[in-house]
Amino acid sequence: MGVKLLLEHDKVEGIRYYDTYRKNGGYRAAEKALKMSPADIVEEVKKSGLRGRGGAGFPTGLKWSFLAKPEGVPRHLVCNADESEPGTFKDRYLMEFHPHLFIEGLLISSFALGSNTTYVYIRGEYAWIPDILEQAIDEAKNNGWLGKNIQGTGFDCEIYVHRGAGAYICGEETALIESLEGKRGNPRMKPPFPAIQGVWMRPTVVNNVETLAAVVPIINLGGDEYAKIGVGKSTGTKLMSACGNINKPGVYEIDMTISVEEFIYSDEYCGGIRNGKKLKACIPGGSSVPILPANLLLKTAKGETRLMNYESMSDGGFVSGSMIGSGGFEVLDEDQCIVKHTMTLARFYNHESCGQCSPCREGTGWMYKILKNLEYGKGKMSDIDLLWDIQRKIEGNTICPLGDAAAWPVAAAIRHFRDEFEWHVLNPDESQKRNYGLAHYADPIHVAASA
Amino acid sequence: MIKFSEEKLNKVKEVMARYPEGKQKSALIPVLHMAQDEFGGWLDTPVMDYVAELLNILPIEVYEVATFYTMFNMKPVGKHLLEVCRTGPCMVNGCDDIIDHIKQKLGISEGETTPDGLFTLKPAECLGACGYAPMMQLGKTYREHLTKEKVDKLIDELRAQAKN
Repeated sequence: MGVKLLLEHDKVEGIRYYDTYRKNGGYRAAEKALKMSPADIVEEVKKSGLRGRGGAGFPTGLKWSFLAKPEGVPRHLVCNADESEPGTFKDRYLMEFHPHLFIEGLLISSFALGSNTTYVYIRGEYAWIPDILEQAIDEAKNNGWLGKNIQGTGFDCEIYVHRGAGAYICGEETALIESLEGKRGNPRMKPPFPAIQGVWMRPTVVNNVETLAAVVPIINLGGDEYAKIGVGKSTGTKLMSACGNINKPGVYEIDMTISVEEFIYSDEYCGGIRNGKKLKACIPGGSSVPILPANLLLKTAKGETRLMNYESMSDGGFVSGSMIGSGGFEVLDEDQCIVKHTMTLARFYNHESCGQCSPCREGTGWMYKILKNLEYGKGKMSDIDLLWDIQRKIEGNTICPLGDAAAWPVAAAIRHFRDEFEWHVLNPDESQKRNYGLAHYADPIHVAASA
Repeated sequence: MIKFSEEKLNKVKEVMARYPEGKQKSALIPVLHMAQDEFGGWLDTPVMDYVAELLNILPIEVYEVATFYTMFNMKPVGKHLLEVCRTGPCMVNGCDDIIDHIKQKLGISEGETTPDGLFTLKPAECLGACGYAPMMQLGKTYREHLTKEKVDKLIDELRAQAKN
């Protein structure tokens, strides 16, 4: 069993409610933090090495240290609970089943950043979760953890839950801020960065749900102790939401020292591929990160065992690696069609593009159309090169990273599964009746001997 | 007459008070959710104009937001909106079969409403329930691990409910 910091009390009945949470050590970190100076809390978070758990992996302590503190201007912590990256459902799990852990993290972080009014921007479709959070907020308030003069410190803090209305783009922090202001979710040009001018032009920090929850064990253990868990720059634990063709889909907390093979096949986690099938491919960190064939997933191009952490997952760059991203871990078995799967993702990004930048607005539509033709047996060989060309023209040419997020899955699918695309073109009729299958995608990779 | 009840109006005021003085526009999306729930499941122009009036903003500021977000319906929908996810993780778990089954059972295509006004079928993009696929959103709830049998049962129950 690996270390559990966030889901330590996952099996405790009633952990959703204040009394049980408190009895199991809840709000101990808040007690400790409220006796520290805000600057010391930021220092502990820096020492912990915590990296943003929403997908980008930016160091949280560093992000916090950028927050401007002009005299007389209120500043805000805004939690990004707009979890919408296909394959990702871990924040939902934390909010639904561990609301007090989340609120304790929000409180400590609000205190550290000096946010007297903190907002949780939650995706609109999670329509039942605001009720759970608001109940927990009321309980916390009744016990003196929110509201005025918290625990006699003189610090005031209110937390409000703000529902979105179905827009993936609002997971991008400047789009989220626009949406919180009651506007369309169009990402802003940067600079100014939110840390200087965010919501209502006030200094703002936007952090993911899991990131803020992780502040609780960081304060309990101390930053140095937290940093000892994991490996290298992948400190602490990470929640993975596992889905696809596996025996045990669900949310798992891992310390980032285990191998991908162990995560997929051990009974503690995914429990192996469903129906005794073979592993074909995997998107290890949410739909935006590169898909990898089985052979490159389990071992790096250098022939080393690939581990479930930031560095190992990205070993080889985009040529032969991927990213841990948001932790949305989707496994595809030998019966799955990469062309069709890529098509559903292209449709997703086309639907979710805000339309502000033409490369993304137009490009995602063209990628979807071309992939649809390929999938339904109407594709040409030149379409594969055209797809490659379009994704390259989107990447890096948009205001926000949605363009990159739409380009990468298409690029990686062609890079690693080009012969499956070609098979669709060469066998238009057969491809409507059966899938390409496992082919050579699990074959051992030839590793060049080092000189 | 498009008007919230006194109770709902107090809720609107409470929501508006969550944001700083003069930033009442921030309450727009929460209030649009309330309006859609209250006034027939979609946002007709007079409804959006009413929301604009409540928040003291221009009607165009409401229209441009309402049309941007997927959850706001710009035309009437059935009493029950069946939103079946069809993105990658649901696709590899058989959402196509579920969508086809619903189409057949209800005799409608994607985006259509049954003649009795009871059901609208709408394919959805990822709803964050990938580990519990295939799934659909129904009102404020998620229906997960769907099978044809579960869909049949659900539709039959909702039909029976409508008769009572």
